[in-house]
Amino acid sequence: MFAAADMLEMFQRHRGNALVIPGRGSRHWNGISKIHERDIPLGDPAMGGHASFAFGLAEARPDEKVVLFDSEGDLLMNLGVLATIADLKPKNFYHFLMDNESYATTGGQPVPNATNISYSGMAREAGYPSTYFYDDLEDLAGDMEGILNEPGPVFIHMKIAPEIENLPIGMRVRWQTRTLDEVLRDVKAALG
Amino acid sequence: MTQQQAGLNPETVLKEFKDNGVTHVVWLPDSETNWLYQLMTADPELTLIPVSREGQAISTAAGLVVGGKKPVVLIQNTGMMESGDSIRGWGLSLNTPLVLMIGYRGWTRHGVNRPSDVANFTEPFLHTLGINYYLIENDDDASRISVAFKESEENRRPVAVLVGDEFHGFIR
Repeated sequence: MFAAADMLEMFQRHRGNALVIPGRGSRHWNGISKIHERDIPLGDPAMGGHASFAFGLAEARPDEKVVLFDSEGDLLMNLGVLATIADLKPKNFYHFLMDNESYATTGGQPVPNATNISYSGMAREAGYPSTYFYDDLEDLAGDMEGILNEPGPVFIHMKIAPEIENLPIGMRVRWQTRTLDEVLRDVKAALG
Repeated sequence: MTQQQAGLNPETVLKEFKDNGVTHVVWLPDSETNWLYQLMTADPELTLIPVSREGQAISTAAGLVVGGKKPVVLIQNTGMMESGDSIRGWGLSLNTPLVLMIGYRGWTRHGVNRPSDVANFTEPFLHTLGINYYLIENDDDASRISVAFKESEENRRPVAVLVGDEFHGFIR
C-alpha cells in the first residue's frame, strides 16, 4: 500500500494538460494540482457515479485526456460501468482506482470481500484492453508515463493506505475551495 | 380507434431527438423502446451508450453535458426509481439540463392498478424530486418532447417525458 498524497504528487509530474476528476483524492489533489481550472472535484454528488461521469466526459471530449481517481467503494456501487466503458472504449480515458479496502470516510469498515477482490481482474474480464495492479508506488512511478501514453481505456488498480475519518462530518476540515457551480463553470470555460 | 391505440411512432420520437440536437442516447432497454432502438442504431449521427443500471445513466449524461454534448436518457419508470439518488445528485445538484424519457410501465391512463404497480408510484416519485414531466401517448403528443428539452435548458435541470405506450413499443 502507498499514500494517496504521494501517488498524486507523483502523478502531477506526468499530468500534462489532462482533465482530472480527483474523486476522493480531492482533499490532497487540491493542494497538489497546478491547473485547477482543469480539475473537477465534485465532492460526492451521489455515490457510485464518478466512473460514469468521467466516462461521459471522455466520450464528449475525445480531444482531451480524461483521468479519474475512482475509489473501490464507489465502483462497487456501480460495477456495470466497467462493461459500458469496455464497450465504448474511449481512447482518452484513464481509470485509476484507489483501493483502501474500506469505507474510510465512515470509520474504516471493510468493503465486501475487501482483501480478496481483484478490481483489475474485473476490469480486464469486462473488456478493458489494458489493466494494471500496483501495491508499490515506485513500480507505478516507473510505469506512469507509459500508462498515460497508452490508448485508453486503461484501468489502474492501486492499493492505497486508508485514511480513516471518525469525526462527525460537520467537524471535518473542508477541503473544497470552490463551490460545485464554480468547478463546473471553470472547467466549461477551460474547454471552450 | 382510441387514443391509446393510435400509438407513438419511433420515427416521430427520433425526429424530436434530432430536432433538439441530441448527440447521445444513454439507455437501458425496456418494453417501450425496442423499435426506437432499431432506428437509433441505424442513425450514424447518434451515439448509443448502453448502461446496466439506470442510476448509471444519469451520471453518464452529466459527464456528457459538462463536455458540451446533448444526451437524452431513455429508461423505464422502474429504473427511474432505482436511480433516485443519482437523479438528485448528478441531475439536480449539478444543475444538469437533461430530458429523461421514461417508459411508463403499468400506465392505464389512471385506470385500475394493483396497489404495488409501479405506475402508482411514478408520478409521486417525480413530484418528490420536484421534476416536471409531460405525458406522451401518441404522435399528437410528441411535440411535448421539444417542450421538455426547452424547459430543461432554460431551468438547467432534468425534465421527464413519460411514455404511456407500453407494449406497443412505439408502433410500426
